[in-house]
Amino acid sequence: MNDADVTLDARGLSCPMPILRTKQALAKMTSGQTLHVIATDPGSMKDFDAFCRATGNVLQQSRAEQGEFHYVLRKA
Amino acid sequence: MSTKKVAIIASRGTLDWAYPPFILASTAGALGYDVKMFFTFYGLELIKRDLDLKFSSLGNPAVPMPFPVPTFAQSLPGVQKLMAAALKQKIKKKNVASIETLRQLCLEAGVELIGCQMTIDLFDYQRSDFMDDVTIGGAATFLAYAADTDINLFI
Repeated sequence: MNDADVTLDARGLSCPMPILRTKQALAKMTSGQTLHVIATDPGSMKDFDAFCRATGNVLQQSRAEQGEFHYVLRKA
Repeated sequence: MSTKKVAIIASRGTLDWAYPPFILASTAGALGYDVKMFFTFYGLELIKRDLDLKFSSLGNPAVPMPFPVPTFAQSLPGVQKLMAAALKQKIKKKNVASIETLRQLCLEAGVELIGCQMTIDLFDYQRSDFMDDVTIGGAATFLAYAADTDINLFI
């Protein structure tokens, strides 16, 4: 299921921490690499969509699964 | 696409009101926006070297209570301290980031924190009361930046 280059476990974190941790993780990656973020914040679905639109990173996957949210981002 | 700019005035200094400016500023930083925060009056509490943020339900009737508490009872000695402790407990339990954390993340994201010179003088604060990363400025500092921003908030 997870063949992303980097995985970030943001489970249990409230807004805005999943986005802030994502930003930090992306900063350490190179362009084209993928980041898999797992979150439980229900507001994160809209937030990751907005984050990617604002930053130009590509949201390749966004899905809810058993109370968890999975996002796969490709760094711009 | 030019970088978006955000200007925030933080004028409140209690624990509850510390959240909106720091959440928005840290997130704006994560979105790659250029952010400056201007701290005036009670907002100066938020850039003190050692944070000791208070919380009060007095004059704040929207504070959710587990059961109705008459205002006179809320004003009894020690009750407000209990309220603050309960809020801090809840913040911890719900895994909401602390103000210290959000403030640090703002700095790491390059958010500029500016303390209002006039209110620092008014309240007899010292430069050493504030974090080293804080810069000090006046109304013109804020306005010159804010005039050219996309998002402007007074909190």
